[in-house]
Amino acid sequence: MSRTDWEVVIGLEVHTQLNTRSKIFSGASTAFGAEPNAQACAVDIALPGVLPVLNRGAVERAIRFGLAIGAAVAPKSVFARKNYFYPDLPKGYQISQYELPVVVGGQITLMVPDGKGGHYEKVVNLTRAHLEEDAGKSLHEDFHGMTGIDLNRAGTPLLEIVSEPEMRSSSEAVAYAKALHALVRWIDICDGNMQEGSFRCDANVSVRPRGQTGFGTRREIKNLNSFRFLQQAIDYEAQWQIELIEDGGTVQQATVLFDPDSGETRAMRSKEDAHDYRYFPDPDLLPLVIDADWIARVKGEMPELPGALSARFQSEHGLSAYDAATLTASREVAQFYLDAVAAAGVANAKTCANWVMGELAARLNKAELDIGTSPVSAAQLAGLVARIADNTISNAIAKKIFEALWNKEGESADAIIEAQGLKQVTDTGAIEAIIDEVLAANQKSVDEYRAGKEKAFNALVGQCMKASRGKANPAQVNELLKKKLG
Amino acid sequence: MIDSSLKDIAAALRDRKVSAVELATESLARIEARNPKVNAFVTVDREGALTAARAADQRIAAGTAGPLTGIPLAHKDVFCTEGVRTTCGSKMLANFVSPYDAHVVTLLRQAGAVMVGKTNMDEFAMGSSNENSHFGPTRNPWHTDTVPGGSSGGSAAAVAARLVPIATGTDTGGSIRQPASLCGITGIKPTYGTVSRYGMIAYASSLDQGGAFGYSAEDCALLLSAMSGHDPRDSTSLERDTEDYSAALDKPLAGLRVGLPTEFFAAGMSDDVRAAVDAAIAEYRKLGATTVEVSLPNARLAIPAYYVIAPAEASSNLSRFDGVRYGHRAADYSDLNDMYCKSRAQGFGDEVKRRILVGTYVLSHGYYDAYYIKAQKLRRLIANDFQAAFQKCDVIASPVSPSVAFGIGEKSGDPVQMYLSDIYTIAVNLAGLPALSHPAGFGSGDLPVGLQLIGNYFGEARLLNAAHQFQQVTDWHARVPAGF
Repeated sequence: MSRTDWEVVIGLEVHTQLNTRSKIFSGASTAFGAEPNAQACAVDIALPGVLPVLNRGAVERAIRFGLAIGAAVAPKSVFARKNYFYPDLPKGYQISQYELPVVVGGQITLMVPDGKGGHYEKVVNLTRAHLEEDAGKSLHEDFHGMTGIDLNRAGTPLLEIVSEPEMRSSSEAVAYAKALHALVRWIDICDGNMQEGSFRCDANVSVRPRGQTGFGTRREIKNLNSFRFLQQAIDYEAQWQIELIEDGGTVQQATVLFDPDSGETRAMRSKEDAHDYRYFPDPDLLPLVIDADWIARVKGEMPELPGALSARFQSEHGLSAYDAATLTASREVAQFYLDAVAAAGVANAKTCANWVMGELAARLNKAELDIGTSPVSAAQLAGLVARIADNTISNAIAKKIFEALWNKEGESADAIIEAQGLKQVTDTGAIEAIIDEVLAANQKSVDEYRAGKEKAFNALVGQCMKASRGKANPAQVNELLKKKLG
Repeated sequence: MIDSSLKDIAAALRDRKVSAVELATESLARIEARNPKVNAFVTVDREGALTAARAADQRIAAGTAGPLTGIPLAHKDVFCTEGVRTTCGSKMLANFVSPYDAHVVTLLRQAGAVMVGKTNMDEFAMGSSNENSHFGPTRNPWHTDTVPGGSSGGSAAAVAARLVPIATGTDTGGSIRQPASLCGITGIKPTYGTVSRYGMIAYASSLDQGGAFGYSAEDCALLLSAMSGHDPRDSTSLERDTEDYSAALDKPLAGLRVGLPTEFFAAGMSDDVRAAVDAAIAEYRKLGATTVEVSLPNARLAIPAYYVIAPAEASSNLSRFDGVRYGHRAADYSDLNDMYCKSRAQGFGDEVKRRILVGTYVLSHGYYDAYYIKAQKLRRLIANDFQAAFQKCDVIASPVSPSVAFGIGEKSGDPVQMYLSDIYTIAVNLAGLPALSHPAGFGSGDLPVGLQLIGNYFGEARLLNAAHQFQQVTDWHARVPAGF
């Protein structure tokens, strides 16, 4: 059997840390990086007699997410206790939502790279999203023969977002994770900091012969905290399962860990020793009731969503689906683009989009800067785009001006054009003069062109542009050169 | 002076006939002399009491005293007290000192009450006899070979022995009413959510409710008023204004409709209890009340439902006692799991282990629906029965316990027999209703018999009013056990 006979099936469970100031059931701070246990109050360390009180800010963020994915926000959801013993779980149970989660259904649209330089659109349905508290951390380093416990993270609010098993490749899984990552930051419910564990993925992976409707047995890869690891882990795991089956083996349901150093997954526990969590409704917390008014209030405070904005970019600005999706990857990028279009005019939207996604993105990436701290402002970029549009400068000169703006050599494209004399030459007479000079000095290329070598023409155009120090209008050079060469 | 009513003690304090320090000293001296006979106290806080008493005297002098200022009181050792150890009757917490006060403790401290110590209890409030305490059984002051009831047996015995005039307790399945009955004092458990559970070590969260012990309904009304009120730290705390339960004590009982549940008066209670209960009901009729038969057809299911729900919640609530952060940790262990097993095996007593095992079982995969969900359905049926009954009556009267205090060791070998002693009280917790027990006479062995009055939600004031009127024409509550 060959590799192509297999289909990979992936579902993701993503733990997003909600960006509330205090914890989900206590008043302790959620700030990252404090001294161990400095941010663990009586409730977090589960002293006898303490009780949880739900943080409404966490609920509000869950509502925001539900609205953003077009899901149903449950009018009544229930917190349950998930019971198991672990030193970094002080109560001996985690408060989570089990049978009745706060968010049900919904979907996310993503653009997936097709491996041929293009992209295709995919809609992934979500099963649910539920609120829960994070556990603390067990620290095994620095404690010889012992384990340290840091409960600062205990009680941090999480929204666990569960997708349907609808991804069919690691690329789709990564595209989904990235879209989700972008969305939670867009609606400002999670800082998305993957290094600090604010966005962690568990991937359920199974394989089946293409065409089979039933699912294969899945293994769950826990705690993937980068998109690269997500891709690597899924690819390894899928291949491992395929090889196992092809060698006559059977996949056993298990929880596995991905080792980034070896690039391999290995089983942590099998189904046999899976915990019986003995879920039951937490009697310390009343059912979470969310009325229509609350939802309406949250809805009123929501920013325009990336999907709606992307649709608007396509219909109003004439952008492609891919460009629109790229420009709505984050609120900052979208806002920059919108500001540029507002200044440059809708007619120049596509040029603005090209610059934001092209030169600007590349330059920011190289300098490791966010668009929010871009040295070139949206207004400056719009000024540049306007000069390209009205033929004042060529694209080549525009790149130079962009560089000058980046380096703060001038206030605006106009100022730099003026100061550096970069105005495009469109005067036919002046261009003809340049062409005449070039033709006289490059008889060899002229002969070659006349002998049928097309490439020689491009060389001559290049010489003309060079002679004009890039200022000659390239289209005019082309046209006039052709005429002169007969 | 400690034998007097709170009203009289407060008047004496106000008139400078006695000081709070003198009262505290008297209470501490009585504890020293009498506690060895009853073992009602686990911890006595002499210094803290005297400090609090001095502060109370200053308040009295400044004219800012309230009705409880300077009154000695004891807390059941289930309430966390900052700086004074809180054991919950368990070896697990034998050396635990809470860094914070329970809400109830804070309220009573603010009211100026003087805490003299912490009272003995069944371990983690699991029991009906106080025999399940790591600190030895509490004895009934009426007959020290008998049990005081449980789980708030220490508080009930401390009040009955006149060591303190008032004490706090908690009631999950009868743990205030049954010891009040067996010890011949008055005890009230209010509507679930009236008293904050913050800082009250949880046994079964959906059933646990704090309450008050005193010599009389009048004293219980004062204590309950001071310890009730909304607490935002307890999500199940009711968002109601604080109520003055003393306000309606003097209302005449003419027209009060007393419901008598057929099922509670059928076979099951001993003859001496029946005689006392019947006599008490006759007394209510004399006071102008009418009686009407009501039915609680599902009440017989209360014990099985309770022994699913309470252990289920307990099995989870007690998971935090793992030896990791506080509490008992085994001296020797080979690994993490071994540490958990040994610490919990050593730290918990038999009844606690039994309930953790039962609770773990009923919540397990494959059994949850058959036990836990079923029990929750029964719970709803039982609550509905009460609502139907309250269509016909204002309060429900019943026995508290099928018998008077039983002998120490008599039932401790048979958990089911022990569980059945709560047959009249448990349904009330499942429904979340308020109920009290007041002295109604004496049965065999000259041991006290109590009468239970059950009210509809928020009916505490009516219950206390009824009991107070009863206590105006009877003196059962004024009887003091010989030698105390």
